[in-house]
Amino acid sequence: MTKLGQWLCGLALLGSAWAVLALAPPALQPPSPLRQALLPLPLYLLVAFGCYSLATVGYRLATFNDCEEAAAELQEHIRAARADLRRRGLRL
Amino acid sequence: RLSVLLPTYNERDNLPLVVWLLVRTFRDSGIDFEIIIIDDGSPDGTQEVAEQLEKIYGSDKILLRPRARKLGLGTAYIHGMKHATGNFIVIMDADLSHHPKFIPEFIRKQKEGNFDIVSGTRYKGNGGVYGWDLKRKLISRGANFLTQVLLRPGASDLTGSFRLYRKEVLQKLMEKCVSKGYVFQMEMIVRARQLGYTIGEVPISFVDRVYGESKLGGNEIVSFLKGLLTLFATT
Repeated sequence: MTKLGQWLCGLALLGSAWAVLALAPPALQPPSPLRQALLPLPLYLLVAFGCYSLATVGYRLATFNDCEEAAAELQEHIRAARADLRRRGLRL
Repeated sequence: RLSVLLPTYNERDNLPLVVWLLVRTFRDSGIDFEIIIIDDGSPDGTQEVAEQLEKIYGSDKILLRPRARKLGLGTAYIHGMKHATGNFIVIMDADLSHHPKFIPEFIRKQKEGNFDIVSGTRYKGNGGVYGWDLKRKLISRGANFLTQVLLRPGASDLTGSFRLYRKEVLQKLMEKCVSKGYVFQMEMIVRARQLGYTIGEVPISFVDRVYGESKLGGNEIVSFLKGLLTLFATT
């Protein structure tokens, strides 16, 4: 199954479970406090996911390593390489 | 034995430096190697420099397999692989953003877990980037996050192009992959997972010396998103 397919299945499953419980006819309704929590649940989950995304990307952005030493080392290596290549006869 | 595939386009200045670093790394660690340079008709004389390098290091170590015009990365890999005699293939950029010193670490990792693919990652461990401003880093992390959520690929860096492959694995993947650019590298990992190949990761440092000249444009972001959604819907 494709990733899209998995998402659609998952959403269909959760969506129908939510619909059954939250939008049921009066006879089959779950107790009132549960219903009150259930009704806005999809929106809450969306907002929660949004916050999680922002926090995660923000954290990863802040901890993105800056390779200063790697850049400096590369400069050294470039110098050594140029010198050695010139010795070996490379004409740039 | 290791075959390094080096597709080049206008890398007249960087090519000799990359080759020098590769040769030194391999000689220092006793790794049997060959370097295959696939130049796409660079107008700046890259091919001439490649020929000089072939004279200096020998045509058994430096293989020149040029092409007439710019034909794209995917076909460059296919073309290069036809002439590769190694059982492992390393793909990397020829502009010095990837340092050959990581290749022995790739090999070590490969042996450690008998992996089919070892991917260099900028996002884990002490991997990282030099030369990117905040905006570029944000785009990178944001795109990677989106990719992780949608594709759950089991690898932390999908758009990276510094990797070690078993030769048969790369050949199989090249048959199946159809995208271009960043998405091409992503597709390789995704398809590899589909085919049950194992992927190991090694943190690498990516030193971007061209970022100032080549900004990440809106066009590239759009084509990345299109490619990502295509992979999402088809794999």
